[in-house]
Amino acid sequence: MFKGGFIQNLPKIYGLYTGGFLVFILMMAIAEQAGVTAKTIGILFVAFTVAIYALIGYLSRTVQVDAYYLAGRQVPTVFNGMATAADWMSGASFVALAGGVYFGGYSYMAFLVGWTGGYVLVSTLLAPYLRKFGCYTVPDFIGTRYGGNAVRFCAVLVLVLASFTYVTAQINATGTIAARALGIPFEAGVWVGLVSILLCSMLGGMRAVTWTQVAQYIVLIVAYLIPVFWISNKIGGGVFPHLMLGDEVQRITELEGQFGLVKNSAADVKAAGVPGGLKSIAVAHAGVGAGGMAVWKYISLAICMMVGTASLPHILMRYFTTPSVKSARKSVAWSLFFIFLLYSSAPMLATLSKISLIDPNLPTGIIGKSIADVQSIEWVKQWSAQKQVFIADFNGDGILQLNEWFMRTGVVVLATPEVAGLPYVISGLVAAGGMAAAMSTADGLVLAISNALSHDVYYNMIDPKADVRKRLIVARVLLIVVGAAGAYIASMRITSILGAVAWAFDFAMSGLFFPLVLGVWWKRATREGAIAGMLSGLAAGTMYLIWVYPKFMGNPAWLGIDHLRFGLIGAPVCLIVMVVVSLMTKAPDAATQRMVDEVRVPSGKSILGRAH
Amino acid sequence: MSNKEKHWQKTKGHMVITMCLWAFFSMVIFLFGAEINGMSFLGYPLAYYMTAQGSLLAFVIIIFWFANKQEKIDEEFGFGEKED
Repeated sequence: MFKGGFIQNLPKIYGLYTGGFLVFILMMAIAEQAGVTAKTIGILFVAFTVAIYALIGYLSRTVQVDAYYLAGRQVPTVFNGMATAADWMSGASFVALAGGVYFGGYSYMAFLVGWTGGYVLVSTLLAPYLRKFGCYTVPDFIGTRYGGNAVRFCAVLVLVLASFTYVTAQINATGTIAARALGIPFEAGVWVGLVSILLCSMLGGMRAVTWTQVAQYIVLIVAYLIPVFWISNKIGGGVFPHLMLGDEVQRITELEGQFGLVKNSAADVKAAGVPGGLKSIAVAHAGVGAGGMAVWKYISLAICMMVGTASLPHILMRYFTTPSVKSARKSVAWSLFFIFLLYSSAPMLATLSKISLIDPNLPTGIIGKSIADVQSIEWVKQWSAQKQVFIADFNGDGILQLNEWFMRTGVVVLATPEVAGLPYVISGLVAAGGMAAAMSTADGLVLAISNALSHDVYYNMIDPKADVRKRLIVARVLLIVVGAAGAYIASMRITSILGAVAWAFDFAMSGLFFPLVLGVWWKRATREGAIAGMLSGLAAGTMYLIWVYPKFMGNPAWLGIDHLRFGLIGAPVCLIVMVVVSLMTKAPDAATQRMVDEVRVPSGKSILGRAH
Repeated sequence: MSNKEKHWQKTKGHMVITMCLWAFFSMVIFLFGAEINGMSFLGYPLAYYMTAQGSLLAFVIIIFWFANKQEKIDEEFGFGEKED
């Protein structure tokens, strides 16, 4: 059945894997009918999928440097696209995105445009050139293009700062899901999550992470799409929800007019004892805010997320693993296609979830019903007990109004299958999908950080004579250290999921975007310019963040640039300083100029060899 | 101009066009969000549709188009890659 090598057989292997996963879902559905409890099904889903990833991680173990750092540069275009999509779509994307759309409406959807549009920048400005360069890590490019350890170290600094803010949020998410599915405390869940993440990455580095990410993508996309299609068909929304929910969107707008969108005052919410983090619907589902400020807020958020996307090292490094420059370019397109499948479904899930809850004509609708009736519904009881939903009868009439129903954002994804009356097996599947999404991103991030530390700091700066064995041992030790540090911070619960995620983009764009882009597109860019640009951009962005963030100094945002958008301060500072300093210093030498010329041509050997 | 310079000239032009398309779908249309939301597409209000699905799809198409066209440019100047 399997002739030829592993790479030739990939479609067959993952085809079988997908089939096996679907059979597993069916078996769980049968088990549910046979009376196996919901809790057991949840545990089986998470344990089975994590065991598969660990097995893939073990089978992909390696003792070669180029396999550990670059997956041997033989990941085919489409599979690299899937791996990138899993790398990209985090626990926050999976669990919180639809909820964000549900509560935030149009202005929140700037995230959708930002987190996809950035890939156009990746494919045109960076990915093919970095692939031609042949670097192991992003700082490897910066260090070789500009020359010297100081500039390399600055790039490592930005990378660690951006990736680390991101990774704690991911380990946090794996902890939440593991805790819920396995019925253990959150703090223990975080460490279970960490062990699963390390199982996938430690033995095989990039090679292991690549093949587990492909497997994780398949699980997460199946887990996201099945409920969306199922619910849409169940409530008569249409066979293909993405094209057919126009009527439902209109109906929601109509119902919003009928019920009235009331923004509860903070004092009322507090007096009613609503648990922190729960929200009621107060923003129009499809309406667009009028006025220049609303437009600017939307566009500025989209810009930050797009430019941040194009500077995040754990994404860029995925394109170092393709066999050629042209496959790196194509691979970006496939990545975005696979991301699109999930992102375009999030607003549909938000629509379906909202209409199921608020339309009185649907059997699942709860708004306008008596509160006593609503409180006796099984899923309301369960999620209330976990403080995920809450009812506050502000006007005391015993009828549930739109502004009296509170939910946590994650509930939209995690509970909608139950709300719409789907069997529990779907909820178990969703938990496995969330786990896959959080794990795959955490894997990519932990690897990006530890590779930069082992390759750039240890091998290039501290001990350039280290042999292969020693380098790989150091890489693995650092992987464990970085992961453990992330898990430790996550277990202290100091960050909310989304604040930290948006910050990673702003940090990356403040320090890395222009040094990377100008490194390819502007031969005159010098080492001194790059160092000054990275440090000043990062410093300006960070200082502005401290100045504006409510929990730090809390000053009013300048021109609407709040803590989610501080990259808009850092990146321009970085650009201006980098250009001015570059022009003031001596132009790069002839060898560097030739190197840049060589990077711009797709054919021929890469600048840095397979093993370096 | 050498072959390499011509190739880079054309590559830059292609990049600029791609960036213009990108800017249109990521920023320009959302300058007019409130204005175009009265229009309807597939039954969705237009601005809602674009931010939920339309622009995302446009980006996917833009990148595939970009990659194919860039491959042709590379081949035209003899810089095409042989493998796969």
